[in-house]
Amino acid sequence: MNPANYLYLAALLFTIGASGVLLRRNAIVLFMCVELMLNASNLALVTFSRMHGNLDGQILAFFTMVVAAAEVVVGLAIIVSIFRTRHSASVDDSNLMKL
Amino acid sequence: MTSTGEAVQFWVLAVIAVGGALGMLLMKKAVHSALCLAATMLALAVCYLAQGAVFLGVVQIVVYTGAIMMLFLFVVMLVGVSTADSLKERLKGQRVAAVLCGLGFGVLLIAGLANAHLRNFTGLSEANAEGNVQGLARLIFTKYVWAFEVTSALLITAAVGAMVLTHREKVRAPLTQRQLAAQRVKDNIQVPPLPAPGVYARHNAVDVPALLPDGTVAEDSVMGTLRERGQVRDVSQEMLARMAELEETTADWLGRPSSARPKVTGPRQALETVPTPTKEEAE
Repeated sequence: MNPANYLYLAALLFTIGASGVLLRRNAIVLFMCVELMLNASNLALVTFSRMHGNLDGQILAFFTMVVAAAEVVVGLAIIVSIFRTRHSASVDDSNLMKL
Repeated sequence: MTSTGEAVQFWVLAVIAVGGALGMLLMKKAVHSALCLAATMLALAVCYLAQGAVFLGVVQIVVYTGAIMMLFLFVVMLVGVSTADSLKERLKGQRVAAVLCGLGFGVLLIAGLANAHLRNFTGLSEANAEGNVQGLARLIFTKYVWAFEVTSALLITAAVGAMVLTHREKVRAPLTQRQLAAQRVKDNIQVPPLPAPGVYARHNAVDVPALLPDGTVAEDSVMGTLRERGQVRDVSQEMLARMAELEETTADWLGRPSSARPKVTGPRQALETVPTPTKEEAE
């Protein structure tokens, strides 16, 4: 097996995550799709690290994980506070700023 | 080129990961999506381990599957059961356009990868010579020490931000029990306590609504969450059938003529069709 197959897997997962962001309406599921895209990019980074024989790619993937954790905490807090005021987790219902 | 073992492992993991991702995309309920995504993340963790990223594989399991997915499940629990996606399209043709965009994006990405020159794989045996964790630590605390320090500021900001966003200032004192009782009498919607669930001491489960004298279901006797989930077990038909049968048997035993038998009215009329046992069967 060519190790580049890992990159194809990462591309496929990234595409599924991106389609999910476009397709789904539930804010929590949207966030999960973003997480999937971050994971796919991590897989690509780990594969690149192996391809080039140094650990910089893994360091980058590690920082991605840290940033993803911080992003999830703030994002979910925003979802919870929107849910408290609008009683809905659907992104269609947050339309106060719409022209 | 990799070993046959890794190839077999890759194909098994790839099927799990893509299946989980598609499940996350297509499941209607947020909880199911979260569980599918957890499966994908575990598969990816094993991929990392197989590729020599031991530390990242463990961190993936601990941080992603252990912490982030549990946070997601926690928020799904907070936001409640009524979070299924509405299938109504707000923008016309948005779904078709999104699928087309996704397909086009995927084709572009994979075609770009296929055209890239990815022939030589060095492998990590040299970089991991003194151990994967040691190698990563050396890089983090020398070359990337500034990014590492900035990360700590990011984490503190995120923690404070989450607390600020979810904190609710109390704008007035909570109502006392006396005030709540006075409000209930003033509203005059449901002054006495709500009816208890269960029927004739035969069904005392919380999901069985109580029956009113005319045989209809007392909606208030079942908790709202169960009602919303559709998990209410309605036994009124069964109970009414049993009552009708009992009345019939009694009338037969007393030898009442059919004109003197009690008239069935209201919702119980539907039970006229319920087969009651004939005299022979009853004896």
